[in-house]
Amino acid sequence: MSLKIYQLNEEFRDVVPQEIVALQENATWGNPKRGVMDLPVSKELLEEHSLCAGCPESAALRYILASLPNPEDTIIVNSTGCSSLMFPHIALHTVHSLFGNQNSVASGIKRVLEWRFPDKVKDVVVLAGDGATVDIGLDYTLQSFFRQEKITTICFDNEVYANTGGQESGLTPKGMVFKMAPKGKQFEKVPMWQLAIDSGCHYVARLTVSSPKRVEKVIKEAIYVARELGPTYIHLYTPCILEIGLNSDDGLDEMRARDKERFKFFEYKTPEAEEVIAKYKEEGLL
Amino acid sequence: MSSLVNKETKEQKNRAGQRIVSPDYLLFEAPREKHFMTGSEAVKEAVKRATVDASVSYPITPQSEAAHLIGELWAEGYVGVYFRGENEFGVMSEVAGCALAGARTITTTSGPGTMRAMENFPMWSGTRIPVQLVLMARGINAPLTIQPDNLEVSFLLDTGCMIWYAENVQELFDMILAGFVVAEQPDVHVPVITAVDGFFVSHTREAIYLPPDDIALPPYDPYKAPMPVIDAEVPPGRFLRDPFVMKSNYISYATHASWQWEVRAAIERSRPYAKHYLKGLIEEFGDKDAEIVFVAVGTAAAQAKEAVRMLEAEEGIKAKVVKLKTVRPFPYQELIEATKNAKYIFVPEFNVVGWLEREVRKALYKKSDAEIIGTPRVAGGMTMPKEIIVKEVLEIIPARR
Repeated sequence: MSLKIYQLNEEFRDVVPQEIVALQENATWGNPKRGVMDLPVSKELLEEHSLCAGCPESAALRYILASLPNPEDTIIVNSTGCSSLMFPHIALHTVHSLFGNQNSVASGIKRVLEWRFPDKVKDVVVLAGDGATVDIGLDYTLQSFFRQEKITTICFDNEVYANTGGQESGLTPKGMVFKMAPKGKQFEKVPMWQLAIDSGCHYVARLTVSSPKRVEKVIKEAIYVARELGPTYIHLYTPCILEIGLNSDDGLDEMRARDKERFKFFEYKTPEAEEVIAKYKEEGLL
Repeated sequence: MSSLVNKETKEQKNRAGQRIVSPDYLLFEAPREKHFMTGSEAVKEAVKRATVDASVSYPITPQSEAAHLIGELWAEGYVGVYFRGENEFGVMSEVAGCALAGARTITTTSGPGTMRAMENFPMWSGTRIPVQLVLMARGINAPLTIQPDNLEVSFLLDTGCMIWYAENVQELFDMILAGFVVAEQPDVHVPVITAVDGFFVSHTREAIYLPPDDIALPPYDPYKAPMPVIDAEVPPGRFLRDPFVMKSNYISYATHASWQWEVRAAIERSRPYAKHYLKGLIEEFGDKDAEIVFVAVGTAAAQAKEAVRMLEAEEGIKAKVVKLKTVRPFPYQELIEATKNAKYIFVPEFNVVGWLEREVRKALYKKSDAEIIGTPRVAGGMTMPKEIIVKEVLEIIPARR
């Protein structure tokens, strides 16, 4: 039933925008093996975006949307910030509610969808920035982990409040100078991936988005584990090239540099998560 | 919707196995039996008959017991989803998620909880979810208080939610059922806040007449909502709305403005439904043509009724009470009509600011020659004995003549 909602009414085919026709004819629906390799040849679920040229966050979102195993039955909950500018352009159900309450809204949605559709798989994915996830929304993020909500939480960490003009966040490294920290940040970067582990996540990954295929792998693993077990958390470095003074073609180099230090690839899986991942590998879905 | 209805039996049943009846039958026609219970227990009895899909709870006096009892209904299979949230900001967001995903949703809070949750209420109305909040009014810190005081309601007046006010345990029961029915009308579809005074109603045991508990309201049909439900069964809805809202240009400003107007217009469109299911937006008590009129909500209206009896019996003075059952929508026409002979309008209230007096003044400005007197006003947990109300009348009116 779900896939039908993305199908065109044939009588309107000649009048709807080309992008909508392409969404039906050349997007990847109903195929859990879809992935980032489809990007050059298929219609993306993100039509366009209003982020800065070369913004790594836009690349991250494209890789994530290409990697969702079940886009036709995936709900995305987002929050306020740069990322909220992209969500209106996505061909999926997305919710923007308030700043910081994304994991609470996602908890309500996931539980009700399990109640209303016990025989269907409905994935709920949270996508929010570092301010939303770790500062204003930390309580709600962690509490959703404690409660073992079956949702995947993805943090776009650009280490700064970018949309409001470049203020220090809890994920800014110590010593970095931003607005509201004119003498440099006074405390360490919050180790959110560790908090996620301690709070009960079954799968945790920390990485930059320099490698699209690696992003695809962690997204799929995190979503499958969340489906079967409980909360999963992905921490992505998506630098704000504007706020750290880089050019629009510098984002990839910046991420590759951080791949070697504070965003070195890190992955945590509970033994139960390993079993889930092994099962999906056997089914050829990973 | 179809999954919620058992097609194999002739009678339609909800998931809890209760027979589905029309709202009119449940509220007005079903035989009723007398019981004796608190307001919190009446909340349970209403939710039990309301085919509720989801509820999220958090402890705060005096609403905790009502929230526990909804949890018992979940354990008994009458409510689909139930859990304790992390605090009221989280709870009201979790409730929003439940409603966005297509659930009939109810929650409860009081005083400081309302204040903590505040950012959520305009978000509820802006996303057009028909959540019901049972508000058991309590004072606001500081200093710390757990006592009845309805100052918190003044902060909710412009959130875009409907605000109803129940006087007693019976009215609370009926209002909760009517609240879902009115809030879920496709041309209304905004949240409803059903307020009562904490302790005075939540903890007071009163006679109440209840229909049988094997019948219940028809399930909520999210596919009749004016906004697409977030369940991936319908084409995508966008609650940030389309990009033009998030841009700095005149169309985006106009869009946001008209969106807010539409929320208020939706409340206005609730009037005929509320009139039907609440049997009028106001209740009049006492001498119809009296020159002394008390305009009140909740327990203050109950106390004013006692004062009317006392004035008549002991002083031979005729008076009346105009009890407002809805504050949003505000019953302008009904109030103007009910006070057309008034010379003195007293507004007894359980708060220090007199928010209802302000509302009454605004409604009657240039519509009534009566003097509007914002007294008696008690707060912080004080009670409002009928003698106090009578004393105010006897002191103030001779001084005016």
